[in-house]
Amino acid sequence: MSDASKEWPLWEVFLRGKGGLSHRHVGSVHAADAKMAVEHARDTYTRRMEGVSLWVLPSAAITASDPGDAAALFEPAEDKVYRHPTFYKIPDGITHI
Amino acid sequence: MHTTDMSGNKKAEAVAEDPAKVAAFERRVANDEFIEPKDWMPEAYRRTLVRQMSQHAHSEIVGMLPEGNWISRAPSLRRKAILLAKVQDEAGHGLYLYSAAETLGTSRDEMTEALLSGKAKYSTIFNYPTLTWADIGAIGWLVDGAAIMNQVPLQRTSYGPYARAMVRICKEESFHQRQGYEIMMHLAAGTEAQQRMAQDALNRWWWPSLMMFGPPDDKSPNTEQSMRWRIKRDTNDELRQKFVDITVPQAEAIGLTVPDPALKWNEARGAYDFGDVDWEEFYAVVKGEGPVAKERMQARVKAWDDGAWVRDAARVHAEKRAAAKLAAE
Ligand SMILES: [Fe+2]
Ligand SMILES: [Fe+2]
Repeated sequence: MSDASKEWPLWEVFLRGKGGLSHRHVGSVHAADAKMAVEHARDTYTRRMEGVSLWVLPSAAITASDPGDAAALFEPAEDKVYRHPTFYKIPDGITHI
Repeated sequence: MHTTDMSGNKKAEAVAEDPAKVAAFERRVANDEFIEPKDWMPEAYRRTLVRQMSQHAHSEIVGMLPEGNWISRAPSLRRKAILLAKVQDEAGHGLYLYSAAETLGTSRDEMTEALLSGKAKYSTIFNYPTLTWADIGAIGWLVDGAAIMNQVPLQRTSYGPYARAMVRICKEESFHQRQGYEIMMHLAAGTEAQQRMAQDALNRWWWPSLMMFGPPDDKSPNTEQSMRWRIKRDTNDELRQKFVDITVPQAEAIGLTVPDPALKWNEARGAYDFGDVDWEEFYAVVKGEGPVAKERMQARVKAWDDGAWVRDAARVHAEKRAAAKLAAE
């Protein structure tokens, strides 16, 4: 039981709530293979019609950005306010813009 | 529920940690920011969370046993379908919480082993037996009711995966409580024998339900730190009072009597005064002396052992298929 290598691998579960929406991460399940992971995800995360489509992928396959790099990655966008429409002053009389 | 720390309030030993990191962490939590799995966190925060979340997960899993006891004897097909769905939800709750706890770097097998070896705790309430059908009503109404009271504030707990699991769980709990109250309602309006059965169930489940909120605040030394870390958002006594105030009128409405001679509305406080919980009994049950504690663990160990060949076969089959696929490429 304490032999960790005998544990079924972990899969991340993504669920499409309804047609037109993207898949969204909802949690994870253990399963021996991908097919079983879909079945477990179905039983665990969609008991009340929470979705219409599931994706599963091995948790080990995810590469995540490092929280320590968050400043370097995301803050450079902070001084580029001209990327937002509110940066531009348009006189009151002008419409449909 | 099952969110009460029952593992003896050991003070965490000090680990040398970068004071700047600790201060930044404390600031984030004080600002009600969410902490996510890869964020830096103090070791004591991680350890407390693993303990609280796995204890909570174990409680959901062991909590299936007292109700599972009545699935085959439910009085109608309607009640049977409802009870099956409820027990299945509890399995789901256990799984949401285990997978949330795994994001803190503890494995599912480690948690399972801690439960089966008796090292880990779970809610004391599940070490009481379900003697009659009315117990299923009382559990849904009182035990899930107390669980909701404990869990609702945790939807804003500081650890992101835990908070998200709690949102999902809270959505599902309200059906649990309502179906239980409905059972009690019907029995309380039934024959004399059914009324007696409902009252007897309330008598036996009332005090253990109040114990679900954990020891009184002055005997709960970790509360302060857990509240500062937003792992806990209300004290045990606050939640217990809230539960009593909400539940007493529900009992009166269906003609049942809460088994507490000291129970009395206090106009000045705008709340009920109520009698003392038998904490001797609580600590005895925490230590494993509950009426059916041994049976509960035997059932879990048997389920785990009986399932071993299935786990092994599925794993070996998957490995073989993967190897064959690789060879064919
Ligand atoms: Fe639950
Ligand atoms: Fe429940």
